[in-house]
Amino acid sequence: MNALDGKTNYFPYLLLLPALALTMLIVAWPLAETVRLSFTNSSLNPVENYVGFKNYIKIFGGKFPEVIVRTFYWMLISVTFKMVVGVAGAMLLNCAVPGRNLFRILIMPPWIVPIAIGVFIWSWMYNGQFGMISGIGQWLGIFAGPFEFLAYRNTAFYATIVTDVWVGTPLVTIYLLAAMQSVPGDLHEAAWTDGASRFYRFRRITLPLIMPAVATMALLSAIWTFNSFDIIWILTEGGPRGSTTTMIVDTFKTAISRNRYGEGAARAVMIVVFLTSFSAFYFYMLSRFAKRALDKTGGKK
Amino acid sequence: MINKYRWYEYIYIYIGIAIFVTFMLAPFLEAFLVSMRPLSGIFSVPYKIITEDMSFDAYFSMWHSVPKLHIYIMNSFFIASSVTIISLAVVIPSAWAFARFEFKGRDAFLGGFLAINMVGGAVLIIPLYKLMQSLGLLNTYWAMIIPGAAFTVPTGIWLLRSYMMKIPISLEEAAWVDGANRLYILRRVILPIAMPGIIVVAIATFITGYAQQFLFALVFNSKDVLNPLPVGIYQFFGRQTVLWHELMAASLVGILPVLIIYIFLQRYIVAGLTAGAVKE
Repeated sequence: MNALDGKTNYFPYLLLLPALALTMLIVAWPLAETVRLSFTNSSLNPVENYVGFKNYIKIFGGKFPEVIVRTFYWMLISVTFKMVVGVAGAMLLNCAVPGRNLFRILIMPPWIVPIAIGVFIWSWMYNGQFGMISGIGQWLGIFAGPFEFLAYRNTAFYATIVTDVWVGTPLVTIYLLAAMQSVPGDLHEAAWTDGASRFYRFRRITLPLIMPAVATMALLSAIWTFNSFDIIWILTEGGPRGSTTTMIVDTFKTAISRNRYGEGAARAVMIVVFLTSFSAFYFYMLSRFAKRALDKTGGKK
Repeated sequence: MINKYRWYEYIYIYIGIAIFVTFMLAPFLEAFLVSMRPLSGIFSVPYKIITEDMSFDAYFSMWHSVPKLHIYIMNSFFIASSVTIISLAVVIPSAWAFARFEFKGRDAFLGGFLAINMVGGAVLIIPLYKLMQSLGLLNTYWAMIIPGAAFTVPTGIWLLRSYMMKIPISLEEAAWVDGANRLYILRRVILPIAMPGIIVVAIATFITGYAQQFLFALVFNSKDVLNPLPVGIYQFFGRQTVLWHELMAASLVGILPVLIIYIFLQRYIVAGLTAGAVKE
């Protein structure tokens, strides 16, 4: 409560109105419309009929479950790498060594430039005949001959992950770096005075204190990675033979490339359902871990 | 002292940083190398980093093969700037409402806004297309600007709300007691005090609006003169002869302006992204 509250209590809603109008128009209404479309046989054909759960039954009878598993697999590997590289990178850039300000600037470009442009360059890097990775790999004797990364199911899958990690890591790093810098210096000094080693201080002071930031960033990354479209679309369009088709690519292919709006909408709805369930599960696990950690240290409440 | 490293620790740290920076910058180096080679030299086997036929020719010839490059660059900036202005216009009042007022359903509204993060643009692409069609916005800048702005609103509200919550309320209260109305307070008290936070949100929004220009432009726009840089360049892929060296040159020239701006503003960017988030 404060003085600004005054007598008229509709004022805060007035302040929210512009943002509400914009998000209702662009997010809420289209979301509701997607749900409605998912129960129709909408396509290029102007006549659309309600078909009940037919779309859902159809997609779950096909390859869709496989796509769901692949999406989670892709997302979990990618987010794990982003967090590991991000924590390691933030640690390194937090070291008081000459030139660290320069290095902090140098790691950000993948996040600054348009994602699509970065991915064009990666599509060249993965080229077997002329790309850098295959070329250097051949020098070092890792590959016997030209290796076409995007032509095989397995390597295409991991190649799209590497590019996704490349795009996502700078933001994770800089965020965790800030978290590390907000750790009070006297904690480190006190431990240092007591003779704690650098590694011990990292494990017992830095890591626990940045854990909330890590947990937040991991969830945000997971959501963004789950919805990541540009990277896979430009590199492989979901191929070869469906090996990089995640839920979002699958939805786009069904709805836009094949013009099956109804069926595409059903796939889109499942993205929201799975992502929401995953986030809810994540929060549940997080609160359990937090509780257990508190119990362990004896800190009640 | 506490931050003093032994000589071998310096070596470990620098090796680690070198690997990290290499991973982040290697693609740009590769793009630069490709842009320096003549088309015949690109397709030479085995792979060589430095070749004798390197030149800056592609940077001149690309203006013929990608004649609208400067237009794409301008479009990208125009779209990202418009996204930023629209986003700020709706974010500032909302952030103030969430930071300062108590009202029914406040947490639910905030949660609702944050939940937008869960829905990607690609999920909503079918109804969004129909919406743009019925509003007559297909093949206009608006079709790329309005959806782009809407998806930056949640993060903007979150960052700015956290910033405003740290501002002492006393100034606003003093103005209120002096009889200023609330819109006046928003304009004359909040805007100036929160300006550092607003700048940070503006930069973060601009980068998002700039980096994520692909899907909406690809689906909602078919007029080449309106295309932002990524889609403008994307069209040249999949042609019979892809002029890789010129495309790489065009990509690098295209991203140069934003990289230069970034170098000048990086201090604010780093501060801003972390201001709202970490303290929560």
